[in-house]
Amino acid sequence: MVNKNARATNPLLGQDHWNIQLDENGRLKHFLTIEGLGSEILTEILDTAENFTSVNNRTVKKVPLLRGKTITNLFFEASTRTRTTFELAAKRLSADVLNINISTSATSKGESLLDTLYNLQAMQTDMFVIRHQDSGAAHFAARHVAPYISVLNAGDGRHAHPTQAMLDMLTIRQKKGHDFSGLRVAIVGDILHSRVARSQIHALNTLNTGEIRVVAPRTLLPADIEKLGVKVHYNLQQGIQDADVVIMLRLQKERMQGAMLPSELEYYQQYGLTSETIKYAKPDAIVMHPGPINRGVEIESCVADGPQSVILEQVSNGIAVRMAVMSMTLGANAGAGTAQTGDDK
Amino acid sequence: MTKIPSPDSLIQDLSTKLSASLKEKQINNPMMVGIHTGGAWIAEQLHKNLNISEPLATLNISFYRDDFSRIGMHPQVTPSTLPNEIEGRHIILVDDVLQTGRTIRAAMNELFDYGRPASITLACLVERDGHELPIRADIAGLQLKLQNNEQIKLTGPEPLAFEIKQVEGQDQDNG
Repeated sequence: MVNKNARATNPLLGQDHWNIQLDENGRLKHFLTIEGLGSEILTEILDTAENFTSVNNRTVKKVPLLRGKTITNLFFEASTRTRTTFELAAKRLSADVLNINISTSATSKGESLLDTLYNLQAMQTDMFVIRHQDSGAAHFAARHVAPYISVLNAGDGRHAHPTQAMLDMLTIRQKKGHDFSGLRVAIVGDILHSRVARSQIHALNTLNTGEIRVVAPRTLLPADIEKLGVKVHYNLQQGIQDADVVIMLRLQKERMQGAMLPSELEYYQQYGLTSETIKYAKPDAIVMHPGPINRGVEIESCVADGPQSVILEQVSNGIAVRMAVMSMTLGANAGAGTAQTGDDK
Repeated sequence: MTKIPSPDSLIQDLSTKLSASLKEKQINNPMMVGIHTGGAWIAEQLHKNLNISEPLATLNISFYRDDFSRIGMHPQVTPSTLPNEIEGRHIILVDDVLQTGRTIRAAMNELFDYGRPASITLACLVERDGHELPIRADIAGLQLKLQNNEQIKLTGPEPLAFEIKQVEGQDQDNG
């Protein structure tokens, strides 16, 4: 279903932009995009994350796995959930965390991304977590940092947000079981600007989801979206008909230039998920949203807070998924210099 | 090669010794914790033999290993199932083979992240030579001396059996 031959035209991404994620042993070294990763790796991320959820439910929410490692959060775009859950994930793995706030950093004095990275590298950072407004920024960093450093993409432009997609997959798996082949998943809203939607579609395809639908007005759909293996709907009621999972996306007004929508009210009337429109989905359908929610724009409060909503469980799962990816990538780097493997009893 | 009794007969011995030891220490309500995976198999039987009412807890020490920076994440990780109330409890920690003591070190670190137990008794099916830490079994089914390049491994869960194999190099990782 997925068009694996589609090549990125973005020069920052390069030709083999998914291959640099894996080391020579096929282990995850960077986590930049879902594209190019097989179901085995995605399942390994989900299984590892599932186990970290038990740590997050303990009295002492900390394990010593990444003790002595330094993880730098480099956020060039505003974020609350993603940055704080990355920070908590690192701290619960006992790593030391640096949070670089770009608006008050030397970048605002004109330092380039590369100079920022090299300076933090000189402070013995082991991992960069990067959010950037440009698609491909995390790939760019992964290509240029020292070989022992891992890079995690926390959202780049309109391109990808792979940890968000994986926490969504974990939430779906917990609610609907390990087999996705019988599931009908509808992604509703601003697909055009959404890196989350793109990563979700790749992950759902790789995990062999039965049917993936995108639901949006024409102006908020990228051209050729069908090539990703999704069914396009312009009508909400038809789009979520008998869905098992309804994923609502935020209307990204800050990224909109020109008249893409007549008005928020009209959008809500046509595409808002309300206590009425939710009835078109299956009675046991779950409602998801990556946050932040615009109540009354894409979702009605009583649905966002209702019994079908798993929005806050997504947030909790975000910590576990980020712990999994951090420990897997830094684990792949482990022993890179000594190249030895242990034989576990 | 050394002739070794079957795991099942050693478990019977271990049950008897453990039962006597608990009586001597006047521990009436112990909590049994098996270390994943071999230790959990043995603990399951000990738990039955000793008629412990409280459900068996299991411990997966993968997040506490001391060789993460050398070999990275363990691919198959099953979570620990430990109740949150281990404060003040008498714990029987069960593992299959005690060698270096590193597994037990990791297990005790994890236990203490759940609370402060009143005591920990270490019961192992086999205690072999090769200690690297000041950790000894309180109760062992069998004391064993093997060649440096030999490794003993419990396979199971059905049936339980020992496997002794020759290992190359010094990078073996024996608990």
